[in-house]
Amino acid sequence: MNERKVYPTYFAAGALFLYVILYVFPGIIGIGYAFTDWSVYSKELHYIGFDNFATVFSSNYNYTRYITNTLTFTVVTTVMKNILGIGLALMLTKRIRFLNFHRAVMYVPSVLSALIVGMIFRSILNPKVGLLNVTLRAVGLDGLTMQWLTDSKIAFRSVMAVDIWKGMGYIMTIFIAGIMSISPMYFEAADIDGANSWQRFRYITLPMLSPTLAVTTVLNVIYGLKVFDMVYALTNGGPGYATEVLYTGVYKEFGLGRYAIGTALSSIMFVFMLVVGYFMIRLLTRNEESLA
Amino acid sequence: MKTRKRLRSLGVNMIACLLSLIMLIPIVLILLNSFKTSQAASDMSLALPVGGLHFENYTLVIQKGKLGVTFFNSLLYSSGSVLLCVILSALAAYVLSRNRSRLHRFIYVFIVLGITMPINFVSLMKVMQLTLLQNTRIGIILLYTAIQLPFDVFLIYSFVGKIPRDIDEAAVIDGCTPLRLFYSVVLPLLKPVLVTVMVLTFLNTWNEFVLPLYFLGSSSMWPMTLAVYNFFGMYVTDWNLVSADIVLTVLPVVIVYLLGQKHIVAGMTAGAVKS
Repeated sequence: MNERKVYPTYFAAGALFLYVILYVFPGIIGIGYAFTDWSVYSKELHYIGFDNFATVFSSNYNYTRYITNTLTFTVVTTVMKNILGIGLALMLTKRIRFLNFHRAVMYVPSVLSALIVGMIFRSILNPKVGLLNVTLRAVGLDGLTMQWLTDSKIAFRSVMAVDIWKGMGYIMTIFIAGIMSISPMYFEAADIDGANSWQRFRYITLPMLSPTLAVTTVLNVIYGLKVFDMVYALTNGGPGYATEVLYTGVYKEFGLGRYAIGTALSSIMFVFMLVVGYFMIRLLTRNEESLA
Repeated sequence: MKTRKRLRSLGVNMIACLLSLIMLIPIVLILLNSFKTSQAASDMSLALPVGGLHFENYTLVIQKGKLGVTFFNSLLYSSGSVLLCVILSALAAYVLSRNRSRLHRFIYVFIVLGITMPINFVSLMKVMQLTLLQNTRIGIILLYTAIQLPFDVFLIYSFVGKIPRDIDEAAVIDGCTPLRLFYSVVLPLLKPVLVTVMVLTFLNTWNEFVLPLYFLGSSSMWPMTLAVYNFFGMYVTDWNLVSADIVLTVLPVVIVYLLGQKHIVAGMTAGAVKS
C-alpha cells in the first residue's frame, strides 16, 4: 500500500495554512517590526536597530518589572497549583462520600472564563463590603482585613491567589488520573512491608507521579507566561505597575499606539517560548514516540 | 484503632466538604445577588434575597446589555470555530499520524509547537488588516480556529495512532478513495476524541475575550464575555444586574460542562498520563 497515495499530505494543508498565516507568520514578522519605529502615527517605517530592546531593558522604564512579574507569577502559581493539586488529588482518591460531587465542584472554576472569575473576585475582595473582609471582621480577625487589590504590596499576591483558586482543580484532575494509573500492587507490597502513609506517599506515589508532575508543570508554565485575562480583570496592572505582566503591558502599548515596543515585548516572549517550548512539546508528545 | 480510623475518615470528609464550599461560595454569591434589588445587592453578601426573587433583573439585563445580539455572536464564533477545528485538525492529524516520513513528523511537531507559542497581537493586527479580516466575524472565527488547531491536532494525533492500519488496508483493497477512506471509515472511529475536541473548543471560544478585545472594534460584534465586562464597567453599582448578566453568560458553559464532563476530563488529561 502506497502511504503517500492513501494518505495524501494535502489533507493537512488547511490546518497548516491557517496556522502559518494567522499564528506563525505574525510571530515572525513581529520580530522584524521590533527593529523599527512603528507606531500609530508613523507613515513609513524606519530601521532603528536594537533601540526598542534597549528601551525595554532600560531601568528608566517599568518594562523589566513586567518581565519579572510574569516570571514571579509563573513560578508561584506553578508551584502552588502543583502542591495543592497533588493534595486535593490525594484526598479525592480516598474512599470518601460524594467523591464525584467534590471532584466536579473543584473543577468548575477551571471552565469559567477568567474574566468572569476576575469580576466576581473584584466584589469578594472589595475592602469595604467584600465578602472576604466582612467575614474576617465577623469572626473578629479585623487585623487580617486588607486592601486586597489596591494595596501595591499585596495586590499581586491576591491576583496570584485568585488564579490558583481557579486553576488548581484542573491540575488536581490530571493528578487524579495519574494516581489512578499507579498499579495497586505497589501499595499492597508496601502494606506487607509495614510502610506508613507518609512512606507510601514519599516512596511510591510521588516517584510514580513524576511524569504527571512534569506535564502539569509544563502546562502551568505555558499558562503562567501567557497570563493576561486574570490580571486584566482584577487589577488591569495596577495599582501603579504593581501587577503589570508582559501581556497586559503589550495591551497597554497597543492602546497607546506604541506598536514597536509592544511587538518587541511580544518577540522576547516568542523567542523564549520557541526554545523552551520545543523541550516542553517533546515532553508532551513523548508517549507518541513509541506509537509512531 | 477502629474509632481512630473513623475519626480520621470523618476529618477527611469534613475537609473535603469545606473545600468544596470554598469553591462554590463565589458562584452561590453571584446566583443569590442576581435575584436581589439593586440596593440589597450593593453589599454583595450571602444573605438570601428578601421580598421574593427579582426575576426582572434578568429581563432588564437582557435589554440593557443587548444580550440577544451578543449571545448570537458567541454562539456563531463558538460553533464556527468548533466546525472548522474539527474538520481541519482531524484531516491534518490523520495524515500526519499515518505517514511515517520525517517530513510529516516535522510538520506535526511544527504545528504542535503552537501549544506553547505566544501570540504577537500587534503584528497579528497588521496581518488581519492585510487579509481584510480585521473587524469581521469571519476573521475572528478563523483566528479562534488557528490558535486552537495545535492542541486539537495533538489530541487527535495520538488517537489516530491507536486505530489499526489493517482497517485502512481492507478499505483500500475494497476500492476506497483516500477521501472516502477518511470520511466513511476513519472519521466514525474518531468520534470519541472529536467530541472532546468539540466540547473543549466550544468552551475555550465561549470564555475567550482577548481576541475580540484586539480585533473587533464595534460592540455589535462582541461576544457575551466581552459584553458582560463592558456592562460591568457601566453598571458597576448595580451588582444585581451584573450578577444576572454573569449568570446568563456562564449558563451555557455550565450546561456544556455538565453534559460533556467526561470528555473534558479525557481531553484535559490526554498526554499527561501514560495509557
